[in-house]
Amino acid sequence: MSAIVVTGVGVVAPSGVGADAYWKSTLDGELHVRPIEAFDASGYDTTIAGQVPDFRSEDYLDDRLAVQTDRWTWMALAATEFALADAGYDVTARDRYHTGVAFGSGSGGVEFGQREIQALWAQGRRAVSAYQSIAWFYAANTGQVSIKHGTKGPSSVVVTDGAGGLDSVGYARRVIRRGTPAVLAGGTEAPLCPYSLACQSANGRMTTSPDPRHGYKPFDVDANGYAPGEGGAVMVLEDAGEAKRRGVNRVYAEIAGYAATHDAYHHHRPSGDCTQLTRCMRKAIADAGLSPEDIDLVLADGAGTSDLDALEVSAIKETFGSRAGKVPVTAPQGFIGRLCAGGSALNLVVGMLAMRDGVVPAVGNLAEPVPGYGLDFVRQPRRMPVNVVLVNARGYGGFNSSIVLRKEIS
Amino acid sequence: MSGRSSVVTGVGVVAPGGIGRKEFWQLITSGRTATRRISFFDPDQFRSQVAAECDFDPLAGGLTRQEIGRSDRFTQFALVAASEAVADSGLELDKESVDHDRLAVAMGSAVGATTRLEDEYKVLSDGGRDWLVDPRYASRFLYEALVPSSMAAEVAARFGAHGPAAVISTGCTSGIDAVGYAHQLIEDGDADVVIAGATDAPISPITMACFDAIKATSARNSDPEHASRPFDASRDGFVMGEGGAVLVVEEAGHARRRGAHVYCEIAGFANRCNAFHMTGLRPDGVEMAEAIKDTLRQAKMSPEEVSYVNAHGSGTKQNDVHETAAFKRSLGEHAYRVPVSSIKSMVGHSLGAIGSIELAACALAIEFGVVPPTANYEQPDPLCDLDYVPKTAREAPLDVVLSVGSGFGGFQSAILLAKPGRAA
Repeated sequence: MSAIVVTGVGVVAPSGVGADAYWKSTLDGELHVRPIEAFDASGYDTTIAGQVPDFRSEDYLDDRLAVQTDRWTWMALAATEFALADAGYDVTARDRYHTGVAFGSGSGGVEFGQREIQALWAQGRRAVSAYQSIAWFYAANTGQVSIKHGTKGPSSVVVTDGAGGLDSVGYARRVIRRGTPAVLAGGTEAPLCPYSLACQSANGRMTTSPDPRHGYKPFDVDANGYAPGEGGAVMVLEDAGEAKRRGVNRVYAEIAGYAATHDAYHHHRPSGDCTQLTRCMRKAIADAGLSPEDIDLVLADGAGTSDLDALEVSAIKETFGSRAGKVPVTAPQGFIGRLCAGGSALNLVVGMLAMRDGVVPAVGNLAEPVPGYGLDFVRQPRRMPVNVVLVNARGYGGFNSSIVLRKEIS
Repeated sequence: MSGRSSVVTGVGVVAPGGIGRKEFWQLITSGRTATRRISFFDPDQFRSQVAAECDFDPLAGGLTRQEIGRSDRFTQFALVAASEAVADSGLELDKESVDHDRLAVAMGSAVGATTRLEDEYKVLSDGGRDWLVDPRYASRFLYEALVPSSMAAEVAARFGAHGPAAVISTGCTSGIDAVGYAHQLIEDGDADVVIAGATDAPISPITMACFDAIKATSARNSDPEHASRPFDASRDGFVMGEGGAVLVVEEAGHARRRGAHVYCEIAGFANRCNAFHMTGLRPDGVEMAEAIKDTLRQAKMSPEEVSYVNAHGSGTKQNDVHETAAFKRSLGEHAYRVPVSSIKSMVGHSLGAIGSIELAACALAIEFGVVPPTANYEQPDPLCDLDYVPKTAREAPLDVVLSVGSGFGGFQSAILLAKPGRAA
């Protein structure tokens, strides 16, 4: 079986549009969780979020398409453009069936949806946009990207809350292994409209601090919930042999291992133990044909609540045993908030950029790690060779996913 | 790929016209229709006022009051259909004999908890008055409504499924794609048993309004029972439906070892995109034909071996032409000989759910050797010139059944089911 590799990445994040801008800001340790500006959020429990400032549809798509689509689609289209350019991949230069699209989605085009439900109830059914039926639903981004770029290969939408970015890559891997040479994978989210924020607040896991410094703080003694955020990442995944044949000479990483498990414990409460997350990490490592000793870096889910953080720490300890305190662990999403499926996709990009540059960004907004955790949290950008990265992601309701990235292609 | 193949060992259905697979089968082989004037709300202002509604009682379906309280209707459908399917499979999930780490969940939905999201919005926005909604009125369970993944999480929790779980949301092909995903999980060795299917509960004002806006739904309001008219020359759009179905998809050896009853094998699954338009379809059906041909390749079968085609048959002008062309393109002359029918004529089009409901119909069709008809088919359309099994079910031994779906976003999916022992 040929390896599956990432040949291009595209990023839209609160700390930067484009992978370079995002990466620079992340290494600089800039906090991009800010008071919500899109609307007056003062009546909400959560008032801070990771927003992509100055992100305008007109910079990435024409007005005709912009009125048909939600902000999360604009971000997906922009991230896709970046990724395709980065990979030097031209969909139209090959058989259209040779490229698929598989995106994760947490909550779809919620702002568009709110606007149209508002129109219906305020003004009646004739006020509802002709584009409502195609703009808000979870498949909108996959469909729009397929149409914009002309991809006709197997495509899908995987919904697993925050794990969706990793699961989309897992899905893409199945597609490539069945003979489709390339798949666009990842995901974006844009959940910062009034109604969506109200919905998110109901999960009881978001910070209520109005001060970004005191807000989302993964693994910190003051962990008090997360800040939501918008953006995400798209990657070009290719069969390694096919990529080589088309002349690709720069590959970010191999998708070496993937696994998903479910807590199947409770619709809301975190699992009572870390069994399933541990099993997920171990399975992903084994799937890569590696052992825990081979892992250079863990990109943690870093939920930012004390119970979920403690569970992940336990899972890391169980997975790595006596070496647990020696494996660097980071979670740069503390700088930008949790981007749901977009965030887990983005952390794959973090892992690949860390490999490329031999530098690991710090855990975002971590001031004082919980003393008992006993892990090697990265506190300042750290120069080190990075060859194998384990990326974790979890979704509300008990979803666990892990991916192992490897720099040297097997 | 791996020598691992999958079979269907359990079927559960929540459909308009009767809850449970027996009532469902009875309805769709009788040729009766379950479409009616919308009763869930006053539909007067809407262009389309008909739908196929489920007379569904979640308590009778075995749900607890708290499960009902926290879950949108689409999740309730999933729990009830999954319970029926698991019971039907004979799997004893409370016993150690099933490895729960290898029990997965693959559930589809096109629009998730859209009904609950709209209902709650009315309250938070005070009837659409306030864009800056008042979060103090938010239900404790609004996050579960926001993220449709909550449906798969509920199913996983109820059955202790620790394997991979996901909602597949590819619009109106979700129901086929979720079962196809389950098939792939088994092929790839990631699970031995998958609770797979799809549900949707979209009969709400916003959903009716958004399809009104593009005139996709039928306006045959004076004649609701005959409003869903796939392939008929007088068809004027689809009729909104709701419901869901769950299949227990199991690794063939796993099923054999425990002596399970096998409805059918999943012989092939494929999907493609048309890369053309979010709602429009070209009349040539090229991409759907590609998906169909791929399933035949996977199954190492020739078109002539297909004994029944369960059509998407939504009843929109363009879908039925597109699809007819796809059958001709993929099956050749055999397209004119094989029976083709659309159960949407009886149970409506429940968006993402219908693909799984149709697969439940296909599993039962193979089991009983009966082709369900296309109700309301009266007046041939020159552009739709196949054998659509008008009005009356037909007895026939069914070895290989093809089911297809087509959806907004350009998704085209096909799946091939075969009588046990029939597939390669």
